[in-house]
Amino acid sequence: MADVFIVGIGIHPFGRTDALSGLQQGAYAVGKALRDAGLEWADMQFGFGGSESSGNADTIVNEMGLTGIPIINVRNGCATGGSSLIGTWQGIASGQYDLGVAFGFDKHPRGAFNAMPSEYSLPDWYGEVGMMVTTQFFAMKLQRYMAQYGISHEALGRVAQKAFDNAVHAPHAWRRSPVDLDTILTSTMISDPLTKYMFCSPAEGGVALILASEKKARELGRADIRIKAAVTRSRPAGSFEVFSPSLSIERGGAPTLLASAAAFDMAGIGPQDIDVAQLQDTESGAEIMHMAENGFCKDGEQEEWLAEGWSRIGGRLPVNTDGGCLACGEPIGASGLRQVYENVLQLRGAGGGRQVPGNPRTAYTHVYGAPGISGVTILER
Amino acid sequence: MGEVIDIAEGLFVAEPQPALLGGRHKATGRIVFPCPTGTGDYEPIRLPHRGTLWSWTVQRFRPKTPPYAGPEDFVPFALGYVELPGAVIVETPLTAVAFEDLKIGMEMETVLILFNEDAEGRKIRTFAFAPVGKD
Repeated sequence: MADVFIVGIGIHPFGRTDALSGLQQGAYAVGKALRDAGLEWADMQFGFGGSESSGNADTIVNEMGLTGIPIINVRNGCATGGSSLIGTWQGIASGQYDLGVAFGFDKHPRGAFNAMPSEYSLPDWYGEVGMMVTTQFFAMKLQRYMAQYGISHEALGRVAQKAFDNAVHAPHAWRRSPVDLDTILTSTMISDPLTKYMFCSPAEGGVALILASEKKARELGRADIRIKAAVTRSRPAGSFEVFSPSLSIERGGAPTLLASAAAFDMAGIGPQDIDVAQLQDTESGAEIMHMAENGFCKDGEQEEWLAEGWSRIGGRLPVNTDGGCLACGEPIGASGLRQVYENVLQLRGAGGGRQVPGNPRTAYTHVYGAPGISGVTILER
Repeated sequence: MGEVIDIAEGLFVAEPQPALLGGRHKATGRIVFPCPTGTGDYEPIRLPHRGTLWSWTVQRFRPKTPPYAGPEDFVPFALGYVELPGAVIVETPLTAVAFEDLKIGMEMETVLILFNEDAEGRKIRTFAFAPVGKD
């Protein structure tokens, strides 16, 4: 396929913005991305957009302008942003278009996500007895992983501590004050072994990326950051997912393993070649497990990684340089695109106080979510 | 003690000892819980009474209602997955165990517990797992 470049990026800060709808935050991000690229809405030939709980993305034309372009709505859970990016990328790589926009936004109510059994083809009793709670799944996957591979409670705290330290330097992050390790470890227990500071919160925000063909990118003077891989994968047999009343005794792989392997194969590089990574950190343990599932270390090595600070900015592989979901919160439709936004900044050398040193050239993003879906992108400068 | 009703039909049996009812896929032999209905692809099967704790956590705050239908006066409860040997790993509330005593690999057995009362004052019975030798 032909090379495709990211020529413009925009974000509406994550967190809470009472005055704006989710869609308006998406439109704000599109406006910023267009200005970043030196383009106007009228230049856009098509788009892919999505939100989980803020309505149809194609209504963004009410905010941006009625130019008649096709916009395809994406609703793919936590992989919504990644799927929008893939659609836009393919539209340009195929030669059909020269310029397009991938965008995502959301605005969730406060508190934990609330799910009903019938939405997941589950019997009512499953929710009635109190097992329809996403945080339980993350806690139980992690509890077993910690026992199997010797991960300590302190390591969970270090992940959150790093997130808040990094977010101090990320203007789009929500929680931008450092929290000391002891406070994190001793804060309210939500679902053992995870405390309050180790979980991300549903939030609000919007992100947009302008993609261009090589010809167009050269015209714009932005033929520097190219998409090397963008994939999503659903779950394989035997994976452990949220809302599972039973699991097969024959344990299998995980959607992240499939997505990661496919992305590295597509890019023609391996984990050792990546300079900066944004990994799904719904909670502290998710970042730890995803370091191994994406191939950046072996199971159990995370303990040493975190104690030595190897995943901090300046370490051997900086992870979640803007504080990730832990510090930014998770507006589902926008979250995956935030990771790509952050990577473009890092590859441009525009990361400010959180810039990864050494002139990074390759950048990796990873999302994971219900009901067992993962999306991975690899960018190269 | 008033009338007792089960939280759902076909989920468990009480005699000769409490056990969950799973479903065996007729074509592949794969076992799931609960037993899927409607397609005829699965036949009900009584699952082993005992198993080992596969993972666990504690629900520290009251889940949102709906769907949660437990007592208004919330008490944190443990839940986990129990591996039933040769059959399936089931998600279940855990009972009769102190949170600090929970340990992956510990032996657990199926019990039936009274969970709450419905609007007519009937007691609702459901399944749970408890450490072997306690109930």
